[in-house]
Amino acid sequence: MDRLLNVVTGMSVLLIGLVFFAIRRAHIRVEYSVSWLGAALVLLILAQWEWALGQVAEFLGVNDAPFALLLIILSLFLIVFYRFSLIISDLKDANIALTQKLAIIEYQLQHVQEKQPPSGNA
Amino acid sequence: MIRPQLPDSLMILIPAYNEGGAIRRVVTEVQSLLPQTPILVLDDCSTDDTRTEALAAGADVISVPYHLGLGGCVQAGYRYAYDAGFSYVIRIDGDGQHDPRFIPDLFAALRHSPVQMVIGSRYLNGKVPATSFARGVGIWFFRQILRLILEKEVHDPTSGFVGVNRQALEVFARSFPLEYPEIEALVVLQRRQFQFAEVPVVMRRRMAGVSTITALKSFYYVLHVLLGVIVNILKYEGKRRKG
Ligand SMILES: Nc1nc2c(ncn2[C@@H]2O[C@H](COP(=O)(O)OP(=O)(O)OP(=O)(O)O)[C@@H](O)[C@H]2O)c(=O)[nH]1
Ligand SMILES: [Mg+2]
Repeated sequence: MDRLLNVVTGMSVLLIGLVFFAIRRAHIRVEYSVSWLGAALVLLILAQWEWALGQVAEFLGVNDAPFALLLIILSLFLIVFYRFSLIISDLKDANIALTQKLAIIEYQLQHVQEKQPPSGNA
Repeated sequence: MIRPQLPDSLMILIPAYNEGGAIRRVVTEVQSLLPQTPILVLDDCSTDDTRTEALAAGADVISVPYHLGLGGCVQAGYRYAYDAGFSYVIRIDGDGQHDPRFIPDLFAALRHSPVQMVIGSRYLNGKVPATSFARGVGIWFFRQILRLILEKEVHDPTSGFVGVNRQALEVFARSFPLEYPEIEALVVLQRRQFQFAEVPVVMRRRMAGVSTITALKSFYYVLHVLLGVIVNILKYEGKRRKG
């Protein structure tokens, strides 16, 4: 039990460290780091605060605290992944719209350029 | 740059992906039958000479910067046609399977019947064209499903020989399925209480190149489109409540 809690604590601290490092290096945008930081923080609190974990285990109806912790880890990651699927879908939609617009504008631009007489040494 | 020259103008839209072997003949054939009608080819980042062949044949070409998928390209064409002010768009395949001699039939049906969309159907004149077994089963399957949703029979739900009027054009310019668009597009229309009609056509063998539909893909296709149909039914309700 203690061993597991220590591992989870270590993992959370590592995750927080990684995310901060990524933000500093601008590898991750601040708004997307929030999900991971939130998840890591919840894990850290539950791993360090026995009473809170007990409450959660009771709420979930499992009398085994480590098992409750695993369940929470699983759901936290599901939530984060779900959020990222939404973000990716939004990005994809925006990307398609932009691509279509770009292709159309490029086509129009070619025709405008063809019509214009070549200007000397502009 | 193609523009409608008269009111009620028609544009021909040809989506093409690696159709370098056929596109020139397709474009020339359309031109000789309908000399005044502008032709727009949507080249989906082909790796062959589709673009130059289409340009050489005298079509206008929009090339997307990365491979967008059939639906994304068709939608780009619809967007262009809508913004340019065309009243009708008829889409034909770039592989030569759609005989342009039937374009006037589709156009007439679009103009003279109260429908927003017409489909060129190869199963309407009794003749059953040769197609792979997997594909035949898929088409049969979707006919049953669409009969429930549309409350009307669609004989050829996967046909890409499709004409739309400006009302449907406006809808599709905003919302069109990305990958396998034909069946989902029917549901999009139905959700807006639009009507469609089928016009009998004869489809030919592809002139060159290879089909993008393989047996394994057929299975993925069925699942993908089935989900797409469900999503489109649900999506409409959500949008409508928002207003
Ligand atoms: N823009 C775009 N067009 C595509 C893509 N795949 C196919 N097409 C075009 O869509 C049309 C139909 O494609 P086909 O592969 O012939 O599909 P099909 O006619 O339903 O199948 P077959 O009966 O086997 O020929 C052709 O004009 C293709 O060039 C794609 O990924 N992007
Ligand atoms: Mg084909």
